[in-house]
Amino acid sequence: MPAKELSPIEIYRGLPGTNCKDCGEANCMAFAAKLVNREATLEECKPLLDPGKAESYNKLWALLKPAVKAVEVGVGDNKLILGGEYVLYRHEFTYFHQPAMAVDVGDEMGDEEFETRVHVLNDFSYDYIGMKLSLDMLAVRSTSGDPSKFGEAVKKAAELTRKPLMLCALDPAVMEAGLDAAADRRPLIYAATRDNWQKMAELALKHSCPLVASSPMDLDGLKSLALTLEAYGIKDIVLDPGTAPTEYMGANLDTFTILRWDAINGEEEGLGYPLMGAPIAAWTAPAEDPVLHEWSEAQLAAALITRFTDIIVVHGISGWALLPQVFLRSNLYTDPRKPVSVEAGLMPIGNPTEDSPVLLTTNFALTYYTVASDIEGAKVDSYLLVVDSEGMSVESAVAGRKMTAETVAEAITNSKVSEKVKHRSLIIPGRAARLSGEIQELSGWNVAVGPMDSSGIASYVSDKWKPYPEG
Amino acid sequence: MTKPDKLTLPLSRDLLERLARFQEVELQDVEMDLGEVELDIGQSQGGANPALLSRMAFEFALIRDSASRMAQLLGGGFPAGYAPLQAMAPQALAPQPAAPARPTALIPAKVTIPKGDYVGSVVEVKLGATKAEGGTRSASYVIGGERAPAFYNFQSPPPHKPIIALDVFDWPEVRLSKAVKMHFEEVLHDTGEWARVCVEKYGAEMVNLHLLTIDPLIDNAPPSAAVKKVEEVLQAVDVPISIGGCGDPKKDLEVFTAISEKIEGERLLINSVTLDMDIEKSARLIKDHDNCVIAFTSMDVNKARELNRKLYDFVPKEQIIMDTTTAALGYGLDYAFTVMERCRLAALKGDPELNHPLSSGTTNAWAARESWMKMGPEFSPRELRGPIWETITGQTMLLAGVDYFMMMHPAAVNALKTMIDGLMKGERPADPADWVTLKVGG
Repeated sequence: MPAKELSPIEIYRGLPGTNCKDCGEANCMAFAAKLVNREATLEECKPLLDPGKAESYNKLWALLKPAVKAVEVGVGDNKLILGGEYVLYRHEFTYFHQPAMAVDVGDEMGDEEFETRVHVLNDFSYDYIGMKLSLDMLAVRSTSGDPSKFGEAVKKAAELTRKPLMLCALDPAVMEAGLDAAADRRPLIYAATRDNWQKMAELALKHSCPLVASSPMDLDGLKSLALTLEAYGIKDIVLDPGTAPTEYMGANLDTFTILRWDAINGEEEGLGYPLMGAPIAAWTAPAEDPVLHEWSEAQLAAALITRFTDIIVVHGISGWALLPQVFLRSNLYTDPRKPVSVEAGLMPIGNPTEDSPVLLTTNFALTYYTVASDIEGAKVDSYLLVVDSEGMSVESAVAGRKMTAETVAEAITNSKVSEKVKHRSLIIPGRAARLSGEIQELSGWNVAVGPMDSSGIASYVSDKWKPYPEG
Repeated sequence: MTKPDKLTLPLSRDLLERLARFQEVELQDVEMDLGEVELDIGQSQGGANPALLSRMAFEFALIRDSASRMAQLLGGGFPAGYAPLQAMAPQALAPQPAAPARPTALIPAKVTIPKGDYVGSVVEVKLGATKAEGGTRSASYVIGGERAPAFYNFQSPPPHKPIIALDVFDWPEVRLSKAVKMHFEEVLHDTGEWARVCVEKYGAEMVNLHLLTIDPLIDNAPPSAAVKKVEEVLQAVDVPISIGGCGDPKKDLEVFTAISEKIEGERLLINSVTLDMDIEKSARLIKDHDNCVIAFTSMDVNKARELNRKLYDFVPKEQIIMDTTTAALGYGLDYAFTVMERCRLAALKGDPELNHPLSSGTTNAWAARESWMKMGPEFSPRELRGPIWETITGQTMLLAGVDYFMMMHPAAVNALKTMIDGLMKGERPADPADWVTLKVGG
């Protein structure tokens, strides 16, 4: 059943009804509501784990399980979950697990290139509103077709990174050599095809590894492969419908959309598995300049992130191309049930005193978190005056008149900031510069126009800010 | 007495097969003092019932859990290495028949192609007018008309290609990122020339003229001056154009009125009408002069509906495009994407107040600091980072259903066009791309 249609009552019926509070909720109904929102797991209900309740447990488990299976790759702290999704569109509920991003190495690459690429994987990091955006996996490709070369490359890869591995070779003998070098890491095996599926299935069972079923541009073949692997006893399957270069983007979107639609709404057998995309396919198209390949790959990756993939393999490792990709997946996998705005009012940052600066911003959540984390990061003790802009950013709020001189003057009065500081000087965002005169007139405060971007606040405060007029 | 840290119990296939015959397994006279239990079930090929194994693992965990709690009750604390129970969530226990034989050949299967049973469709809006249509443009465009979500080509490909316009400002002081400005340096002071460069050099399909100098806080230029600027642009280019105001509801309406009255027959796109403008006056103006309008709201499906409803009293639907706001990648793109996507899906489900082509101010991508800021060498050059930021912002909106793009960087325009061409093409590649053995790099 699609998650959006599940009601707490249905879940409540299967719970023990003891209202024991062991789960931390006031009663079973409240726990049911948490379960429906996937904010709690069945295992938190101890009475339900009684063997006598197995039937209820199983029934609830089936109701609550995601339409797209959660497949684990890797081990320990670096374990990743692929899939585990419930809905087609994020607004219907929320997406849960960001698509994993794997960068590749080849078994014929020189040591320096090989190591550089793994270091980018390990070290890529960007601070974004309190989160660290990073990369997730290493895809080791056999370009040589030589088992011993592949085994060596996998061994080296496993030594260089703790992040989960994906082993890419279509020859089972080559794959076996790779698995022998890293089976304890629970790598993702790429791939079982219509030609090699039986041997790959044996390897996956032997080493307890998840297995990609690959059937490029042949949906029926893909489903056939998935059903066969299921029957063979493989539980953790990832589906690869093939990725074509941007030139054939229509065909790409068709396949990914059909597969995910069928898994979620059609509840079709054999398709409820994570989807794999290979933006690296962009590098197979002719181009004069590697920059064009990398650019095209980033676009392809972004389209596949938007349309339902759960893991992507990329080759480009330039920050300018990777950054928009990690931003996009972070954005789309943000819970849309979270409010757009934060509470308006006066927020102390650090340990402000009566001589500390007062800065203005709006209550759009992203604006607020960006500004607040910039000020905190720069250790500027200050007051942040958050105006209710109906959840709009500074630029839109000024243009849309959701932040005006009137609302700012009102916020100054209501916040009682004049009781907190001795000076009467307000720093407004550079993007609200046009309001400076009017704010000064209405509020009686001295208005200083701050930087266009909050990253400039620290240097602005130290170089330019003067709370008290001279003389 | 020292104890080993870990005991691994190998469960033989024989034992597992025996266990599999029973509903319940009881362990008698067993004493356990366990820090870690590892069930090595990976080796068990064939025979063993996987659900049973999983259940056994779970039962073992229960035992361990109880033992731990008892230990805690007795003051012993948790044994080292204790992991919470949910880490071992059991698989569902279905009644298990004997395991079926493993397949030796592929099981044939057919994938259902989901049908789109949409009752609604998006209205078509025509922008610009050729000589034959009473205007002076060399081409006019129809946008909208979708009968399925964006690029669900297997259900219904979009009947018209999305249109990409470049922004032109009539004020040389307008704040532009360095990566953008370098492409327009020569034409900042000549609005007509700026428009011409956009079309002839950078492939813009339309021009969005933004009349910033009319802003009372900038030059407060009179409506007559604005009319002149529009005429200048119409002279310089032969593509359809859109006219943007300064954001002051009163001034914008004055200027839109003057332009509509002076320039007839071009089917201009007026950008925009908002809820805080005089809607009746604005709407009548659009209808009386046969122009089109962008109904602009800020990321709120209900407000979008409200504005459309108010416009319907005076303007035919075929003259309205909606813009529910585009926020930059990293700074609200998720909200912007979802509001547009919801509008489009609602339209297809038959909502009569949201079935309009969608417009995106993709230029807003440049509000993201990551699009223009100087950053470390690992994220450089910003001359690439900026335009790809705009490209991916626009591309994401394209997949929500946007039909009309207002953009800023020539490379982003080019890249989005390439993506649109690829999406419009139904063809599949003759051979799948072999990336596994691809030799790239050194």
